[in-house]
Amino acid sequence: MKKMKKLVCFGLVSAMMLSAFAGCGKKDSGSGAIRIGGTGPLTGGAAVYGNAAKRGAEIAVEEINALGGMQFELRYEDDTHDAEKAVNAYNILKDWNVQISLGSVTTNPCIATAAETYADRIFALTPSASSTDVTKGKDNMFQMCFSDPNQGSASAQYISQKQLGTKIAIIYKNDDAYSTGIYETFIDKADELGIDVVSTTTFNTDSQNDFSVQLNSAKNAGADLVFLPMYYEAAALILDQAKKMNYAPKFFGVDGMDGILTLEGFDTSLAEGVMLLTPFSADASDEKTKSFVAKYQEKFNETPNQFAADAYDCVYAIYEACQKGEVTADMTAEEICDIMIAQFTTMKFDGLTGTGMTWGTNGEVTKDPKGMVIQNGVYVGLD
Amino acid sequence: MKGRKTLNKTSKNNFITMGGLLLVYVIVLILKEGGITTNLINGQLVPICAYMLMAISLNLTVGILGELSLGHAGFMSVGAFGGVLIGTLMQEVSDSKTLCLLVAVIGGGLLAALAGFLIGIPVLRLRGDYLAIVTLAFGQIIKSIVNILYVGLDADGLHVGFIEKPEILEDGKMIINGAMGATGIRKISTFTFAFVVLMLCLIVIYNLIQSRTGRAIMALRDNRIAAESVGINVTKYKLLVFAISAAMAGMAGTVFAFNYSTVTPTKFDFNTSILILVFVVLGGLGSMRGSLIAAALLTLLPELLREFSDYRMLVYAVVLILVMLGTNNAKIRNLVAAFISDIKSMFGGKKTKKEEKTNG
Repeated sequence: MKKMKKLVCFGLVSAMMLSAFAGCGKKDSGSGAIRIGGTGPLTGGAAVYGNAAKRGAEIAVEEINALGGMQFELRYEDDTHDAEKAVNAYNILKDWNVQISLGSVTTNPCIATAAETYADRIFALTPSASSTDVTKGKDNMFQMCFSDPNQGSASAQYISQKQLGTKIAIIYKNDDAYSTGIYETFIDKADELGIDVVSTTTFNTDSQNDFSVQLNSAKNAGADLVFLPMYYEAAALILDQAKKMNYAPKFFGVDGMDGILTLEGFDTSLAEGVMLLTPFSADASDEKTKSFVAKYQEKFNETPNQFAADAYDCVYAIYEACQKGEVTADMTAEEICDIMIAQFTTMKFDGLTGTGMTWGTNGEVTKDPKGMVIQNGVYVGLD
Repeated sequence: MKGRKTLNKTSKNNFITMGGLLLVYVIVLILKEGGITTNLINGQLVPICAYMLMAISLNLTVGILGELSLGHAGFMSVGAFGGVLIGTLMQEVSDSKTLCLLVAVIGGGLLAALAGFLIGIPVLRLRGDYLAIVTLAFGQIIKSIVNILYVGLDADGLHVGFIEKPEILEDGKMIINGAMGATGIRKISTFTFAFVVLMLCLIVIYNLIQSRTGRAIMALRDNRIAAESVGINVTKYKLLVFAISAAMAGMAGTVFAFNYSTVTPTKFDFNTSILILVFVVLGGLGSMRGSLIAAALLTLLPELLREFSDYRMLVYAVVLILVMLGTNNAKIRNLVAAFISDIKSMFGGKKTKKEEKTNG
């Protein structure tokens, strides 16, 4: 027994050494392309977002590389929507000598990687991590999506302006930073605008299979609009269970709801009439969106969601800033970082998710949200 | 398990483990300073130390006391959030990173020990499965409490709120922000600090096991009724172990939390408790060395398996099963033992001398 342990001990040391050295060989690929890296949940519960962002970025990089001139090399690493894994994934990218970071796709991992990119002076632009904690106090961290406070107050404003409902019920996930963040700002704005919130109920990761209590509370309070600031998996169950109990209020979601139509095994007729606030709709008629959607469908056989569009925009925004700032592949990440900060705080960017986007020095983006409603299984603009 | 061996032999074995750990630390530190290790490895050094500490502290409960605990991550959570709170407050008064961290780790450990003690009073009257179920519930309760706990700091001092977020002034900040956990933590954990904490805890555990108290604890494990009949106070010793184990888990939590800029309550859920239990079971109940090795390997493994992309967790599971089968199969064991004695006869005495030197 003792001897065996010794062998294992030896094995451990050699394994550590091996892995330590193994990384050395890979350090330089020297292709003359600017290396862009990001982390996202490619497996696990939030995989839809990670994969969508990765695919959107891939399409953008392909298009840019096909133009000739400036070349990009893209690498995405899996972080399984976990801050610890995200830092590991980021470190792998760093071993690959990443020059510009796409941050992380989901909020909590991105808070962790943002601290790393800040310390390492690598410029980061996240497609979809929406908390203000992501950008707070970091001059080189930018967002392509709305921040949570923006989403919460924009939703409240939208509901109040369009008079979508008179009695509002809210169901949110109280162990999720994204959901709680939007809820808090929504309720603040709702107070201000005099929106009548009749029922507020919560759930968490352990209880996200049964929503009868929450839905009954909303129903008994006579709510005619239910606000669902959450990711789409839970929202799908809520829609299903509401239908089973013959409760048919209006449902209003935020950008996390995006993706519900591509959820496997989800009956899209349940989502009929669901409204959501998202900056992107796949059925928009402008050239850019059309060509992006067509390429995405051809390549991945599904309709792109907002995350894909955000990531696509990220790559193009970086491309534009790189061109204006005359960034070359042999610059260090730190040099690029300074140029990018200067470019991003002054430029105006037109993309799939909005036109005339600008960034403040706090890293938050300014663009208009679009209200969408699901009709016949596709998003249609509300306006 | 080791009851029959003489004290000397056990001591020697313990010294080999500690020496080995020290050796690995020195090697890794040299490689790190030399810039040879990758960022991936450098980034994992602190979490590995934290997980190692979690594993040996759980091993104390499961392997030495013989009680199954499924809520160990709960203590880690108490240590992480308690430590972050104390550490952040310390940063207001002191600029020294090490001092802040030290106070935070001690504070986190004490808070976790208090939690372990409190939970231990009613719980440790239970045995076996019942205890396991209650510890599981404890882990969930801690997670839920931290989920609704808000602690903010501004010029007026600390503001604490449950469920409702307290009002804080413009210039203040939330230290613990409910479900969003603690964000904006200053990253002050270092590999050396984590290692020193781990080493100290290992020494404490080894000394505890070999003391009069340790023998009483193991007597409880081996035969409770016999132990009680010779006057060993069951509740006292169980509580003692539970509190020590919780304190160490709390320290691990603090070290872990200060290595990331954010920790969320959901990080310390049931899955994490089970993960730690897997370290302990795979490393061998009661074997601290086994726990250390298993914790390090199993923390590194998923990252090293990234090459398999989507099949990573599948390969991980297969490796777990193979290791389990391998370490429990007499044939394989004998093969390995024979292989080792071959190597030993080749390199002979030199190696043992060297090891003794490091340990001496």
